Amino acid sequence: MYTTEMQKTAQVVSAEDPEKLAAFEARVAADEFIEPKDWMPEAYRRTLTRQISQHAHSEIVGMLPEGNWITRAPSLRRKAILLAKVQDEAGHGLYLYSAAETLGTSREEMIEALHSGKAKYSTIFNYPTLIWADIGAIGWLVDGAAIMNQVPLQRTSYGPYARAMVRVCKEESFHQRQGYEIMMHLAAGTPEQKRMAQDALDRWWWPSLMMFGPTDDNSPNTAQSMRWRIKRDTNDELRQKFVDITKPQADAIGLTVPDPDLRWNEEKGGHDFGAVDWEEFYAVVRGEGPVARERMKARREAWESNAWVREAAVAHAEKRAAREAA
Amino acid sequence: MASLPPIDVPTGATGKGAFDSSAEEARSVLFETLLRLGDDSLILGQRLGEWCGHAPSVEVDLSLANMGLDLIGQATHFLNAAGAAEGRGRDGDALAFHRDVLDFRNCWLVEQPNGDFAQTMARQLLFSTWQQLLFERLTASTDETIAAVAAKAVKEVTYHAELASEWVIRLGDGTEESRRRMQDGLDWMWRFVPELFEMDAVATEAAARGIGADVVAFRADYDARIAAVLAEATLAAPKDQRPILGGRRGHHGEHLGHLLAVMQFLPRTYPDATW
Ligand SMILES: [Fe+2]
Ligand SMILES: [Fe+2]
Repeated sequence: MYTTEMQKTAQVVSAEDPEKLAAFEARVAADEFIEPKDWMPEAYRRTLTRQISQHAHSEIVGMLPEGNWITRAPSLRRKAILLAKVQDEAGHGLYLYSAAETLGTSREEMIEALHSGKAKYSTIFNYPTLIWADIGAIGWLVDGAAIMNQVPLQRTSYGPYARAMVRVCKEESFHQRQGYEIMMHLAAGTPEQKRMAQDALDRWWWPSLMMFGPTDDNSPNTAQSMRWRIKRDTNDELRQKFVDITKPQADAIGLTVPDPDLRWNEEKGGHDFGAVDWEEFYAVVRGEGPVARERMKARREAWESNAWVREAAVAHAEKRAAREAA
Repeated sequence: MASLPPIDVPTGATGKGAFDSSAEEARSVLFETLLRLGDDSLILGQRLGEWCGHAPSVEVDLSLANMGLDLIGQATHFLNAAGAAEGRGRDGDALAFHRDVLDFRNCWLVEQPNGDFAQTMARQLLFSTWQQLLFERLTASTDETIAAVAAKAVKEVTYHAELASEWVIRLGDGTEESRRRMQDGLDWMWRFVPELFEMDAVATEAAARGIGADVVAFRADYDARIAAVLAEATLAAPKDQRPILGGRRGHHGEHLGHLLAVMQFLPRTYPDATW
């Protein structure tokens, strides 16, 4: 997940060799994988680079809200599970940076774009994890939403991205389960624990729905992305699916989804639900999320204050290579 | 400096004769031994968890979390076994989250703050090298749990020691800045090494019963391994410093209380809750 489409204006496809373009589109339409050495339209390369690097950044920034609770996890088992999960997320970041690099942008360039504010990451990670239940809510809702988006991406047209998604998806269902299990346990616990669980759901529900991005009529790139098989379902389709799956899960553990308009619609075979606050979404996209500054500060500091480590590693490798050559 | 007496010289029980051979004593030696093993892993695992999301690169973040996870796993086994040996109904969680500083049995080395990455790697090298040599011997422990956990964990800590060695070498023989930081990190940690080789009454008794190991027996091996890494890192071994002891008897530095305050706050705030 984590690849919310944040641009409001559609990009015009630049002039490409019509023959090559036609051949490319035919391959994509036939569900063939495009590989790094294959010809591809510039707009395809650009869109994918943006999407995959955004996804990678989200995995890495997403380690912060959860890392915030590793030292305070309330049992040895929970601590081990959370460490394992966050470790997975770091791994996802690595696969995705590698996939994006095959399109011709280096990891350093991508990281610089993140730190300068040029590149985006999922809006969801700009909300704070203030209580333990937030770790449950993230696993249940955020990883749950991620699965919904990533499962179809296993068949995305770009080979390295699709393959990265296959590896990622294997781990996501464990993430979702452990989160739901935390919530289940809290919801069945003491009154204080139940309060924590409900409060977490109250705060994470709407930001989770925002993760799927703007409504389809506000999502000008969707048609092109679907034609190129970079995207396989629209934002609204995925959001609907998420609500339909998640609402009964909340019911099952006695938690209330904070939406008075949420009800089953027999006719459409899905839930009707209230309007997402898109003003809030765009504010968070602009970097005005509650802990957006903290997130970027933490990332920049980790990068800058440890630059000497990376420099030392390079210097050492060079010395070693020189010695071996001598 | 070497002539100064170590801080917190063991008083009270002093080795041979301090314990009789009653079942009660045997149990308490086993309990204490398991606590020492479990607390070392727990506290270092907790420290490594503090790095999460703040490491020099994604790869390093991954390896620190990976080591932390191994250590928390070891702690879980050792502390659950400690609770069972104690026979008072406490499990690993009760021991991890409901003891105060005086009842923790970890060494001073593992409770040291992360500092910069060099300091973290200095701590890791000095501890994991020791833990590897210890676990190799504990695979032959007469206590089945200790032997089984050590057999599994020895592979993990061998990797930790290798990883730490590689970083110490890289940083020592890297840039001028990394070299200075690496030397400072080692210097900070050096005074806590002697405690690892202390054979107090509990350790002596545990070794005699075949539960624990005689750590003094691998001191020379340890020194040689550390010296080899430092040589390759082109670093000088710090001068011997007055040993700081006491962790095994619950006499710790100031850092441990803060670490516990963070780690234990939820179970202590909500004592009736399970998680
Ligand atoms: Fe992930
Ligand atoms: Fe995940």
